[in-house]
Amino acid sequence: MGSFVPNTPAQQEEMLRKVGCEGWRDLYRDVPEEVYLKEGPDLPPGMGEQQALAHMEELADKNRVFPHIFRGAGAYAHYIPAIVGRVVRKESFLTSYTPYQAEISQGILQAIFEYQTMICELTGLDVSNASVYDGATAAAEAAALCAERRRVRVLLSEGLPPQVIETVRTYCFGSGLPVETIPLTEGVTDLGALEKALGPDAACFVMAQPNYYGMIEPAEELGQLVHKAGARYVMSCNPISLGLLPTPAQCGADLAVGEGQPLGMPLSWGGPYLGYMAATAAMMRKLPGRIVGQTRDDKGERAFVLTLQAREQHIRREKAGSNLCSNEALCALTASVYLAAQGPEGLRQTALQCCSKAHYLQKVLEEAGLEPVYQGEFFHEFLTRAPRREALLKRLEEEGYLGGLPVGEDQLLWCATEKNTREEMDRLARLVKEVLA
Amino acid sequence: MNFPSELQYSKSHEWVRRQGDTAEIGLTDYAQNELGGIVFVNLPQVGDEVTMGEALGDVESVKSVSDVYSPVSGVVSEVNEALLDTPEAINQDPYGAWLVRVEQVTGSEELLSAQEYEEHIRTEQ
Amino acid sequence: MKLLMEKSCEGRSLSLLGPCDVPLVQPSRTREQPPRLPQLSETELSRHYSALARRAHGVNDGFYPLGSCTMKYNPAVNEEAAALRGFTAVHPLQPLHTAAGCLEVLAETEERLCAVTGMDAFTFQPAAGAHGEFTGLLLLKAYHTHRGEGAVRNKILVPDSAHGTNPASAAMAGYQVVNLPSGPDGCVDLEALRRAVGPDTAGLMLTNPNTVGLFDKNILEITRIVHEAGGLCYYDGANLNAVMGVARPGDMGFDVVHLNLHKTFSTPHGGGGPGSGPVGCKAFLEAYLPAPRFEKKDGEWREKPCPETIGRVRGFQGNFLVVVRALTYLLMLGREGVPEAARNAVLNANYMKAGLEDLYPMAYPGLCMHEFVMSLEKLKEETGVTALDVAKALLDEGIHPPTMYFPLIVHEALMVEPTETEPKETLDEAVEALRAIYQKAKEDPAYLKACPHHAQIGRPDEVNAARHPVLRYRPEGEQG
Repeated sequence: MGSFVPNTPAQQEEMLRKVGCEGWRDLYRDVPEEVYLKEGPDLPPGMGEQQALAHMEELADKNRVFPHIFRGAGAYAHYIPAIVGRVVRKESFLTSYTPYQAEISQGILQAIFEYQTMICELTGLDVSNASVYDGATAAAEAAALCAERRRVRVLLSEGLPPQVIETVRTYCFGSGLPVETIPLTEGVTDLGALEKALGPDAACFVMAQPNYYGMIEPAEELGQLVHKAGARYVMSCNPISLGLLPTPAQCGADLAVGEGQPLGMPLSWGGPYLGYMAATAAMMRKLPGRIVGQTRDDKGERAFVLTLQAREQHIRREKAGSNLCSNEALCALTASVYLAAQGPEGLRQTALQCCSKAHYLQKVLEEAGLEPVYQGEFFHEFLTRAPRREALLKRLEEEGYLGGLPVGEDQLLWCATEKNTREEMDRLARLVKEVLA
Repeated sequence: MNFPSELQYSKSHEWVRRQGDTAEIGLTDYAQNELGGIVFVNLPQVGDEVTMGEALGDVESVKSVSDVYSPVSGVVSEVNEALLDTPEAINQDPYGAWLVRVEQVTGSEELLSAQEYEEHIRTEQ
Repeated sequence: MKLLMEKSCEGRSLSLLGPCDVPLVQPSRTREQPPRLPQLSETELSRHYSALARRAHGVNDGFYPLGSCTMKYNPAVNEEAAALRGFTAVHPLQPLHTAAGCLEVLAETEERLCAVTGMDAFTFQPAAGAHGEFTGLLLLKAYHTHRGEGAVRNKILVPDSAHGTNPASAAMAGYQVVNLPSGPDGCVDLEALRRAVGPDTAGLMLTNPNTVGLFDKNILEITRIVHEAGGLCYYDGANLNAVMGVARPGDMGFDVVHLNLHKTFSTPHGGGGPGSGPVGCKAFLEAYLPAPRFEKKDGEWREKPCPETIGRVRGFQGNFLVVVRALTYLLMLGREGVPEAARNAVLNANYMKAGLEDLYPMAYPGLCMHEFVMSLEKLKEETGVTALDVAKALLDEGIHPPTMYFPLIVHEALMVEPTETEPKETLDEAVEALRAIYQKAKEDPAYLKACPHHAQIGRPDEVNAARHPVLRYRPEGEQG
């Protein structure tokens, strides 16, 4: 019964007559009888808006919303400035499509140009595209664009999140590029193992900074090894950490990619998220997806357009480097507003608080009986041993705490952000202590 | 349109300047005019082998990409890297803006003289 | 208008974070200089984006008949559902029993999409249509590989009228692309298809209705030819809006489909994304779908074992909030509303076409489906006015132009897709505008060559933009 068709039945009749059709079946005269659904689709009857929303609310209520989140592992609970939501809900942003017609899309194009600029500033690199689907697909696209005729092997650090490694493997099942993983030692990529795995046929090495276990990788040293072997260096960086950590450019990366969700996107059970992707000028024309450039209009005024389009699928078809078409433009806008709201000092403070709180959390958890697994430097996540893991998580859940993510046999991967308070963490530690007692 | 008589032409609109066993290859005035504003060229690397009748690279305009076919077989000895920064040179000076130089030329398509090429364009249209 | 960075003023900021309540710890190695993000007050930020929003054209701003993109109205209730905290605040790695609502959203949507397409199972991981194509092709690849024919069946057939994503996706999946020439009627040339299939055929990718807006009436014969050669049939759901609830790809002989929730199922396009490109398949391919998959057993949600899966194609479970919106839409439309939407999409397109075809030659005569393609070749010959000029003239009328120069097999093409959510009055106005532009083209082509006259900017120099790319702002005096 729900409908968004404005034309009344009488108008529809009139229009059918005008196009010379006797009725609906006649309108579909090219559809063979064998496939025409005479009875309509096998769906439940429609609903009014009120009932539909009530049903969705009922479904939403079946989820547990944790007031205290100490789990990250690729998706992070950060504070989202109020202005972010206000901006990205504006209908003109929400309901437009790819800005093919520059003359009436300057707002979207300029917003993307600003996003590209901020991603370049964050990573220190020269160019950024207008976004890809998420962090995992950004890594997969990056690996693919590094491949050359004689360089085909894709090397992945085991410090990448498992969902990223799995996604790159799936993409490579398609392209046929061989994938190898490089093991960790003491929680960070083993330099010796990487050196051994590199060779004249290695296309690239992809790593995460900080890595899946929260550890800060020796990014510059890794980069030097990769370049010595003539391969490309791809860093997948948590964008919040770039408020503090050395930039991918500083570490010698050819490409920086990553999951942009921490930049103002709610957790949303995994999406929509944002894959960001930046590169050195030398790699510019290999970037996949939309890119916005600055130019002038016929009156000499500054204008923005989609550019370098001859790279893309709609022109290059099977010879295109990627099939990317729709991207995550609204999420890129979200990230822009977030970064502009934070400013350089806000972003640095956020990163600093994430790092500080995670270190406090590690300390109080250790005191409560959860030993850290690694001794090295970490950012805002860390791994602990976890005796009585199931009982522990169950107890925390009862108290509204989403505890660390179970990893391996007996470990937990914890995360703290600027949102977590000392009080909350002290209480978490007391709960842990009670369970372990 | 200008078709210098000292050059040879392919039916796929490349020009060839032969000197001994090397050949310089570019796009004809007709080709650049048809393509419109050329915005980028993808060129092979020095040392790459090229085969007559096969693509050696491509040229991009704003909304199209066109293969450049090699009229000869041989080894690329030089590429015109200046074109990477100033692709407009192909539009402005098609016979100065060579794309690649090929040495050890082992074979060549049947190439046309300037007059024959002009005739070819007329019939193609 | 100025960029955010040009409005920046050193020392300005929002008050977002309180003081840190734990001892400060910072990494031993840090970046050399802070990122030069803009420094602004909330007032300026708010006004900046209000100004940008005024310089954008969404479905909510006006008619948007962009062919093959299905720019239908995006219901407000979808946004309400997607903003529920019970969805937005759920961590993707929460224990399954605490995310039952999300799992049920996927299950309920899957059930409905199966009913609409005639498929048996869906994955929601793909984030967009092209991502769905790639995923679907990997299912084909896994199937042939499993049967020991992976290496032999290395070709995908794609009509020359297909969207560019089709051949690009096939190449990404490691396939050679065989371009199928369309027949003079714009549909698949059966003889050409018979010649093209063989023991090396992995499959055929087809959009039906196709990209010229026609339903291929030989569809059953087409899928039979491919199946008899041992290939599989892939349905590009870009144009499902014409036939949802009227005919099912599964009944037409397709084995795999991808849908575009952001087209057919009314979720907003967001200036280019996020979309959602769920992939459905027949039961015999289900084992290959991306993992993880979930099932409810004895009232409990759990992960299904998927030993034959192609693996993940994205982190987590896809663009979940887009699925939430699509389900809300499907709940409202239901059994009657889904085919009603399709019928009216087709009717609106034919109505506009009938209002134009005496002036604008149609690329293919007869009834169309949800979109039609006009060729302005004759107008160009007579007046020099091109499809681009007509598109730019529409901008002055506040109408988003149709898709230009696609499909490639039609010269000077304009592809119009009004969708079912436009009232007759809007269609009449657009027809009038296009007719007036035609008259103007005859009388004063120079005027049209200079269009738009009243847009935000004049025609931009795209050649120079691509020759000498400026892809980011740099402060004055800094080298690029």
